[in-house]
Amino acid sequence: MDIKLQQVSYAYAQGTPFEKRALFDVDFTIPSGTYQAIIGHTGSGKSTILQHFNALLKPTTGEVHIGNRIVAAGKKARDLKAVRQKVGIVFQFPEHQLFEETVLKDIMFGPLNFGVAVQEAELRARKLVNLVGLPAEVLEKSPFDLSGGQMRRVAIAGVLAMEPEVIVLDEPTAGLDPRGQKEIMDMFYELHKKRGLTTILVTHSMEDAARYADNIIIMHEGKNVLSGAPHEIFRDTETLNSFRLEPPRIVRFQQKVEQLMNKPLSKVCLTEEELAAEIARELREERAEQ
Amino acid sequence: MSEILSLHQVTFSYTPEVAESRNAVDDVNFAIQEGEWIAIVGHNGSGKSTIAKLMNGLLFPQQGEVRILGKPLNEDNLWQSRSQMGMVFQNPDNQFVGATVQDDVAFALENNGIPFEEMVTRVHQALAQVNMSDFMNHEPHHLSGGQKQRVAIAGALALKPKLLILDEATSMLDPQGRMEVLQTVQALRAEIGLTVISITHDLEEAMLANRVLFMNDGKKFAEGLPSEIFSLGDKLVELGLDLPFAWKLSKLLQQEGVPLLGQHITEEELVNDLWTSNFNK
Repeated sequence: MDIKLQQVSYAYAQGTPFEKRALFDVDFTIPSGTYQAIIGHTGSGKSTILQHFNALLKPTTGEVHIGNRIVAAGKKARDLKAVRQKVGIVFQFPEHQLFEETVLKDIMFGPLNFGVAVQEAELRARKLVNLVGLPAEVLEKSPFDLSGGQMRRVAIAGVLAMEPEVIVLDEPTAGLDPRGQKEIMDMFYELHKKRGLTTILVTHSMEDAARYADNIIIMHEGKNVLSGAPHEIFRDTETLNSFRLEPPRIVRFQQKVEQLMNKPLSKVCLTEEELAAEIARELREERAEQ
Repeated sequence: MSEILSLHQVTFSYTPEVAESRNAVDDVNFAIQEGEWIAIVGHNGSGKSTIAKLMNGLLFPQQGEVRILGKPLNEDNLWQSRSQMGMVFQNPDNQFVGATVQDDVAFALENNGIPFEEMVTRVHQALAQVNMSDFMNHEPHHLSGGQKQRVAIAGALALKPKLLILDEATSMLDPQGRMEVLQTVQALRAEIGLTVISITHDLEEAMLANRVLFMNDGKKFAEGLPSEIFSLGDKLVELGLDLPFAWKLSKLLQQEGVPLLGQHITEEELVNDLWTSNFNK
């Protein structure tokens, strides 16, 4: 399911003295099945964009195409329920949205709302709890008796239970310890691959964008200003800085090594493994030449 | 050097009536001296935040005691002791009460009955210390995350505390906001010798501390210099943390056959070693 934004603008509190424009002619397409990262400085419009992906916000001008449905400014949108089932959003701190008596009921809530039979919803909950890395015992517990990290996983299972085709992640690992962060990010990546999901990651973490995304869109002052593969996006530090962003740490370190060697490496490396291999290769070549 | 705060065989359980439940904090001892910066690290659920709540008397231990400036913390001296400690929490949006930045910083002063003139001086001073003087009349919710946390620090500083506790105060910030806050803390330490406890799972933040307390499952697993703690290597990963960036990379480089003298904790050390072992020949 492609998501296409055409000349989308959005203003909060439109028509009041407090009107504030957050998006200006945003235009991009997210092709079905890709892993897309959206990065940008605080206040760049990332969170406003995100709410357009399942029509929580409707554009002030322009159109949003979600699969074959169109949400356009000034027109009444039909069938939003189907859109919201197909595009699942994991908001920041999703555990704040937990409310049911038991974990099982909480995970089942979404699917039941969308008309899934009780048996099927329960089956999904039992599978998902395992998938998000929790023991089956938690199903009967109150979600409020769990630790923060476990609550996060329950909330994620609740979104996955609707079996969305597109999953939108808004800083999904904020506040988790490093192991929890890696587990959650790896889990989403695996789901992305296995189920052919379209994944949209909205994040401050250049490291995560570099490691997981096929393509990166940069937002700046309410406008999409740059799009490209991580290798291209992170090559140009000056441009990134002009959008008040920094390349990932690994890229900054590569720049230091290049200064040391007094020449650039053959490519921009995005993971520690890649950079270590590249430095080793470069050193071998140099030795061979001598 | 005098002791600011210490924990003596402190044990706390949220469910003391359940015999088989694990203590959230289990027999923990440590002391922080005036002017030190201590980082408390550990996985989610390791007891870090419970320790913070025990330190400022939001919780009281079932065994052991917490001492503030040498005196055991109890119900009677709770308010007096709390005024010695400034605390900044994780979510910058959950700790604003004032309509403007200066009102917000003045809030605690008002609560403590500080005279108006003195209040004005302290608000100005505290905002200057966190480099936010230009934002005095701004509305807090229009600030960036890093600016919000700096205002929160100013609110704490205005009370002239002996100790500043940062409870995952940078974990919700973007990289720039995180840097702003950490630079502010470093500047405050240089200027007024502030004592700091930061509770974090950001290893780069912990690396800035004088000493690191490493918590695991409610127990103190290790305590030492950042270099000592980070030399634990794979043990860190096993217990839910990460390896420092430079350490990870030095290990990978050695696996790739790049000669290095050892594994490094800071980028600078690694760059220097790369230079001496490979280029400077």
